[in-house]
Amino acid sequence: MRTKQMLVALLTLLVCPCLLFAGTVSGKVSYTGTPAKPKPIDMSKEPSCAKQHATPITTETVVAGANNALANVVVYISAGAPDEGQVPQQAVTFEQKGCQYIPHVLVMHTGQELKVLNSDQTSHNIHPLAKTNREWNKSQPPGTPPISEKYDKEEFITVKCNVHPWMRGYFAVLKTSHYDVSKDDGGFKLPNLPPGKYTITAWHEDYGTQTSDVTITGNETKDVTFTFKAKAY
Amino acid sequence: MMKRRMICLSILLIAATAGSALAQNAGVSSGYPTPKNGFSPAEQRGHGLYLRYCVLCHGVFGDGNGDNAPFLDPRPRDFTAATFKCRSTPTGTLPLDSDLIGTLVRGVQATNMPSWRPLTDENRQDLVAYIKTFSERWKTEKPGDAIKIPPETPVSIESIRRGHELFQKMECWKCHGQQGRGDGPSASTLTDSKDQPIRPYNFAMARNDSRFKCGSENQDLYRIFMTGVDGTPMPSFADVMQPNDAWDLVHYLRTLQTERRSKENEVLKAAGGAATLKSSENKSENNSAADSNGKTHSGGH
Ligand code: HEC
Ligand code: HEC
Repeated sequence: MRTKQMLVALLTLLVCPCLLFAGTVSGKVSYTGTPAKPKPIDMSKEPSCAKQHATPITTETVVAGANNALANVVVYISAGAPDEGQVPQQAVTFEQKGCQYIPHVLVMHTGQELKVLNSDQTSHNIHPLAKTNREWNKSQPPGTPPISEKYDKEEFITVKCNVHPWMRGYFAVLKTSHYDVSKDDGGFKLPNLPPGKYTITAWHEDYGTQTSDVTITGNETKDVTFTFKAKAY
Repeated sequence: MMKRRMICLSILLIAATAGSALAQNAGVSSGYPTPKNGFSPAEQRGHGLYLRYCVLCHGVFGDGNGDNAPFLDPRPRDFTAATFKCRSTPTGTLPLDSDLIGTLVRGVQATNMPSWRPLTDENRQDLVAYIKTFSERWKTEKPGDAIKIPPETPVSIESIRRGHELFQKMECWKCHGQQGRGDGPSASTLTDSKDQPIRPYNFAMARNDSRFKCGSENQDLYRIFMTGVDGTPMPSFADVMQPNDAWDLVHYLRTLQTERRSKENEVLKAAGGAATLKSSENKSENNSAADSNGKTHSGGH
């Protein structure tokens, strides 16, 4: 009798420990110091894009919000992630619109399908400057189908369009789907974490990386904050 | 000034080594420094040849940082990245051995990379085997499949006209300029993947003698823009261009080489010269918002 009960309990645990104990790591990314001011972008050489922006857009190297919040920081589990190697079925999309990359930082799993769209009336060449992964460079004139690619290795990749030198974005290729990109208020959230020890890494395109170790024991929310030092220019 | 003299010097030096290569090295495949850890015989032989002919530019570690490198523009290739300009394979893939050997025979037009024609076929194969040891990529990846090049379509004024329209539609002019002189609106901003400034190819420059870094035949031209020049801003067009359209573009590009005697230039001349193409140029320029600095496209110099 007792063995049977234990077996049932054990089985439930094995089948979905995530439902029993789903921990969450959440928090805020902020900066100290004075970040560089975003610079307005002159698109006059590409009128079909310029006219899409009522006011000129600015560079997105540092996107700072109220109360020293830092946006566009990739926060992810760099060690201990329970889902390494589970490649999501659905594709992630990177759009070229108004001669801008949307999103500015795109996160994907290794092996996950990446779709690149051109919604503009002008040709873009999409040139991710990969070093660990393969470096390719493809032209995508208006009205052509999405480009489908994938990356095999973890890497943060700078993406450029050589025709429009102001265009700059990033691919974050990770071995996990437990990630978030900090919002304008600096907030991020990594839910559905089974009990365990984790290393959380925060990556910013200009300020580099920071890590923090967290242990989840059960159904709890752990607060983690990251504070980057703004680079002086 | 200093810089230029150094470059001349190194070119002279190289020319001398390449010349004597024939004498010293014809068919020689042994007698080089003793085998290093785990190299195949070909890699060992290649290693010896590399130390003799390549190391001053490409460096002991194959990273393109040889003693001469600071004086060279463009910089010697960094073999540790395994990114190559001249490939018959799609963008982002490794080249075939035959692509690399072709580069060694040709040299790289308008750069300090000399032709290694004086060496033997076996020497070149050994060198290629050796430079592949600089990157793990050659162990974990296979070269891409060579892109298919269908037979060339006939040269006609219609083909040239369609090629001209493609040059507009694909916006080659944004980098290469309307006359293909390498002076398009984006040209001055371009850098290669090592952040070094780079110029788009100037088709009209007689000094180029109608040659490209990656060949000189119509087939080579076809291959270049289909596969792209990896490690540079020059993208691949293979996914967005149909094979016959690509031949039309080849025929048009040949007419940008104004100094060159070619079938394409004869056909264009007989049809009334470059001016007959202008009408469509203005049209597409209006709806694709051309060079903002209002360049005139009046043939000229
Ligand atoms: C005088 C300097 C110099 C010497 C000597 C030299 N190279 Fe190079 N090499 C270069 C430069 C510069 C480039 C880059 C050209 C470019 O990027 O357009 C290059 C590029 C290359 C490439 C790349 C071609 C591609 O498709 O990207 C290969 C392969 C190569 N060299 C092999 C060799 C080998 C093998 C030797 C010795 C037999 C050698 N080189 C000797 C200067 C040199
Ligand atoms: C984003 C800018 C850009 C665009 C767009 C572009 N090119 Fe290029 N192209 C370059 C650069 C830069 C080089 C020089 C590469 C080098 O020297 O290594 C080049 C080189 C070339 C070469 C010579 C390669 C060699 O082997 O020497 C050819 C041919 C060429 N381009 C054709 C085209 C055609 C055709 C198109 C349009 C279908 C086009 N390019 C669009 C930037 C561009």
